[in-house]
Amino acid sequence: MASSATLAAPHAHAAAHAEPTGLWSWITTVDHKRIGIMYGVTAFFFFLVGGIEALLIRVQLAVPNNDFVSAELYNQLFTMHALTMIFAALMPLTAAFFNYIIPLQIGARDVAFPRLNALSYWVYFFGVIFFNASILMKLGPNSGWFAYAPITTKQFSPGINMDFYVLGLQILGLSSIIASLNFIVTIINMRAPGMRLMRMPIFTWLTLITSILIVTAMAVFTIAITELMFDRVFGTQFYSVAAGGDPLLWQHLFWMFGHPEVYILILPIMGMVSEVLPTFSRKPLFGYNVMVFSGVLIGWLGWGVWSHHMFAVGMGPIADSFFALSTMLIGIPTGIKVFNWLGTMWGGAIRYTTAMLFSIAFIAMFTIGGISGVMHAAAPSDLQQTDTYFIVAHLHYVFFGGTVLGLWSGIYYWYPKITGRMLSERAGKAHFWLTLIGMNLTFFPMHFLGMLGMPRRIFTYADNMGFNEMNLVISAGSFIIALGTLVFAINLVFSWKWGKVAGPNPWGAPTLEWSIPSPPPVYNFRTIPVVHSRMPLWEGDPTKDGGIPHGRAEEDTEQVRLMGADMGEMTYPDDENKMSAHDLGIHLPPPSYWPIVLASGISLTFMGLIFRSMDGPLHWLWLLTVVGVAVTTLSIFKFAFEPGHEH
Amino acid sequence: MDHSHALEAHAAHPGHLDTSTGLDSRKLAFWGFIGSECLLFGSLIATYMAYKGRSLKPPFPHDRVWNGQHVEGVFNMPLITFTTFILLMSSVMMVLALSATQRGDRTWSRNWLIATAIGGAIFAVGQVYEYSHFIHEGLTISSNLFGSSFYLLTGFHGAHVTAGVIYLLTLAWRVHTGKLGPEKSLLVEIGGLYWHFVDVIWIVIFPLVYLIP
Repeated sequence: MASSATLAAPHAHAAAHAEPTGLWSWITTVDHKRIGIMYGVTAFFFFLVGGIEALLIRVQLAVPNNDFVSAELYNQLFTMHALTMIFAALMPLTAAFFNYIIPLQIGARDVAFPRLNALSYWVYFFGVIFFNASILMKLGPNSGWFAYAPITTKQFSPGINMDFYVLGLQILGLSSIIASLNFIVTIINMRAPGMRLMRMPIFTWLTLITSILIVTAMAVFTIAITELMFDRVFGTQFYSVAAGGDPLLWQHLFWMFGHPEVYILILPIMGMVSEVLPTFSRKPLFGYNVMVFSGVLIGWLGWGVWSHHMFAVGMGPIADSFFALSTMLIGIPTGIKVFNWLGTMWGGAIRYTTAMLFSIAFIAMFTIGGISGVMHAAAPSDLQQTDTYFIVAHLHYVFFGGTVLGLWSGIYYWYPKITGRMLSERAGKAHFWLTLIGMNLTFFPMHFLGMLGMPRRIFTYADNMGFNEMNLVISAGSFIIALGTLVFAINLVFSWKWGKVAGPNPWGAPTLEWSIPSPPPVYNFRTIPVVHSRMPLWEGDPTKDGGIPHGRAEEDTEQVRLMGADMGEMTYPDDENKMSAHDLGIHLPPPSYWPIVLASGISLTFMGLIFRSMDGPLHWLWLLTVVGVAVTTLSIFKFAFEPGHEH
Repeated sequence: MDHSHALEAHAAHPGHLDTSTGLDSRKLAFWGFIGSECLLFGSLIATYMAYKGRSLKPPFPHDRVWNGQHVEGVFNMPLITFTTFILLMSSVMMVLALSATQRGDRTWSRNWLIATAIGGAIFAVGQVYEYSHFIHEGLTISSNLFGSSFYLLTGFHGAHVTAGVIYLLTLAWRVHTGKLGPEKSLLVEIGGLYWHFVDVIWIVIFPLVYLIP
């Protein structure tokens, strides 16, 4: 669908140079908006996959001594649930927002390297399919997402399950690093004139911090799994205890990535919520500077706390104390953020839209998760809680109550910008209440189960432990979440075609992306805006706004939405609205198929290695790696010297 | 929309058409890439250092006493010192290549790029020779902790050198065919960033692996 196809303009007529549609145009696209949509759709699909895995787990645990799934399959399910949610659903969903929203927020026509952007999507696409193929063959990784070596070395995990882990995550990690480099450069270098760093929207700020965390933390993880890959595929000894290897080496490398990863998953969400709350409170973000610096501080401290995941291994009192203190320290910038969000709402003219409800729920639920986090920051307390359901409760309040609720808030907020249509608010409220009630029924009893001593990652439990009732409630709660998600999915699909027409700025929001039509034309901004303040659409005189069409938001946004067509016509006559980049003389990079070819080469290089540890004729399929290297090398040259993309 | 107003806006901010910082985006991206590479190499170096001297059986890197016997180390110091010297000198030639490119001296731009690549190639060939010598001595990737961590670290670096040689030769070819002149000297500069980075990392690896017993 072309970016202008869903715009319902009463006097629309066919444009001379319509933007191309069709499958091939999506495969070769380098437009950040289309790539954002592809990221979003793929990631939402895998969110559903990860959700189904979670439901299977909850069916198994609904009653004691259940045999709905075998212990072996259960191991694969909880491992794949975590990995799918983190690497295939939540990170790419945030990437979808980075792609779609960041260039619009900073007043740019695209990201700094459009083809590299397409490359990172296609690498993710191939990686995630390869990775999820494993569970379909019941050969999924089965060690937990942390894959502690030496348990995951060939000696103790002889199947190819863990090969899928090391090779699949190698591909997905590469995709994240490429994408993040692109966003760092885009945010630093592509800002509209006048948009100084401290005038950037807060979501853009936290995306920058997140991207820096990804390029650094992912690199450590890449080496950790490269060493594991060499151990498993080429017979090195990195994690072999028999050869004198240190069993803690993996844990350190893994958590040095794993803990920043937690912030990679929450910082962008904090950014989204920090956009939603001011818009629906009709107040600027309280303490913008402090919000920025506390974000930087969280990212910085996030690098110094990894060993709090390892209190149980016995590092000694000095290391334990250090990591306990640094972990508690992170509570300070996080607390600052929570109070600033409250300060933003305080005295504001709050409108309880679905997006706003999800953001408010985010603050409450994330705070619960944060408080239980501070509880096991204390090493002695953590020793009681390690590997119990208390940790499961904590991490789900942070990931589901934090990341997921915040993402849903972001989707309700920006969906009108992306599709040109509003999500149904009535379905949205149903989605919200089902999700909020469902998640608390699901995750709150886990605190008590953990304190009673129910261990994580065990496929069943005995009848007489006092776990029965709570587990049944939890399983029921998980299906309420599923019902809510179903409502959401239906809402997403139906509103795309039949939702109310949104107009450029349905919420009366202050940032640049709301100054252009919804969905935005392929070139985003007909003229690059000049920015004079943090909230260009809320401040300044519309006649002196330096090319920003909607200099000031209307007092009553309901009215703006009702009059959407009229407003649109005033600022954007249809003939101009329908003008293509070519008509306006705006140069955009041409489509390219080299990103998908290069991505297939990179993915094939790693996928081929899966066959090295197989016997029989399949073994020789590892030569696909050689093909992959050849395709990669060739495509790098083709990529570098492609006409129309050379600088 | 008032187009004349927008044009004014552009005139008032001439820098915009380039980038917000004035730094070329490719160069900035490359610095980011180097930052990421630091963590990649850093983790490999950390692994090597964590396992230094912890191998349970020979071959060992340096001479030492093991089970009451004197065991000779596998390192061939004169060879690696020589190729290290060549690698470091190639960085000087890289600087000369960039300078010639910026001056518009295509002949020397090409020659210095090729010379830099040859320096890198000598280092890479030296490494292949060193590896075959070590394998002959019984040190493979799966012999012991030293073998695993040594080959992965230096091999990762060697792969960077090899990629760099191909990169430099591609640049030299572009200069030779007249497609890369002083107006695009940034491409040589970025190639130089990569090459200097590969050298700097070796300056860290060489003493940690070879010099400190």
